[in-house]
Amino acid sequence: MAVEYIPRTRELYSSYAPYKWTVNEATPPWTPLHMPIAEAKLAVIGSGGILYRDQPRFHREDASYRLIPKSARQDDLSIWHFGYRTADAEADHNCIFPLARLRELEATGVIGELADPAYSFMGGVYSARKVRDELAPRIADELLKAHVDAFYLVPA
Amino acid sequence: MTSALDITQAVNPPRSVFVNFPLGHQTGKPNQPDLQRQIVRDALEAFETIARPGAIVELPYVWDENDRGWETTDYTGDFLPPRPPKEDADTVEAERQARFARSSVR
Repeated sequence: MAVEYIPRTRELYSSYAPYKWTVNEATPPWTPLHMPIAEAKLAVIGSGGILYRDQPRFHREDASYRLIPKSARQDDLSIWHFGYRTADAEADHNCIFPLARLRELEATGVIGELADPAYSFMGGVYSARKVRDELAPRIADELLKAHVDAFYLVPA
Repeated sequence: MTSALDITQAVNPPRSVFVNFPLGHQTGKPNQPDLQRQIVRDALEAFETIARPGAIVELPYVWDENDRGWETTDYTGDFLPPRPPKEDADTVEAERQARFARSSVR
């Protein structure tokens, strides 16, 4: 049974003003992928608060993002996020930011190319407006410039 | 990729793949590369199989065959550790910065 996280979040943060969840009722925009994934350039984006080496940490309501080299190893990465239990992801970032797995899938030809860099932000931004109007367009702009065919968003 | 089905249904992205794992494990359990790889592969396959905008593919993986208790406790009560006081967070950050400053000299 899937957990209902909206009522649980409301309960967990009951001392705060109720969070206004984003609800999109219209049919979502649709861009067909005109090639097999084995030929596509794929970018990965994680919202689990991943940082590469000495990149500055995230702050409360931080709508900035970090560029993570696709070659980054476990020891290069740390996590700055207070909105989920991070212990397992700290032990193995591939729980929420599967860079090592995507490199393997690139090497075995399952994906055409893993875009470099990967992108990271801290998903605990309570302003949906900030994410919609600031963060998302900036990352979208990066993706367009990098000529990626598809992106894989892994929230955490 | 999602582990929060109700939030994803509300946001209604063009393509989603749901795995029913506790939050913080959207692409698998720690140090289980085969499981992680399979989840990621399944997710990538959805780029080719999803034909209807807003579709959510549900993956068959089960967190623990013998215990579904996490579904009752995840993200409830004391689930989140208290946010550290600013001074403690600053100390952690200073240590992190120092660690990478040291290792870059090597």
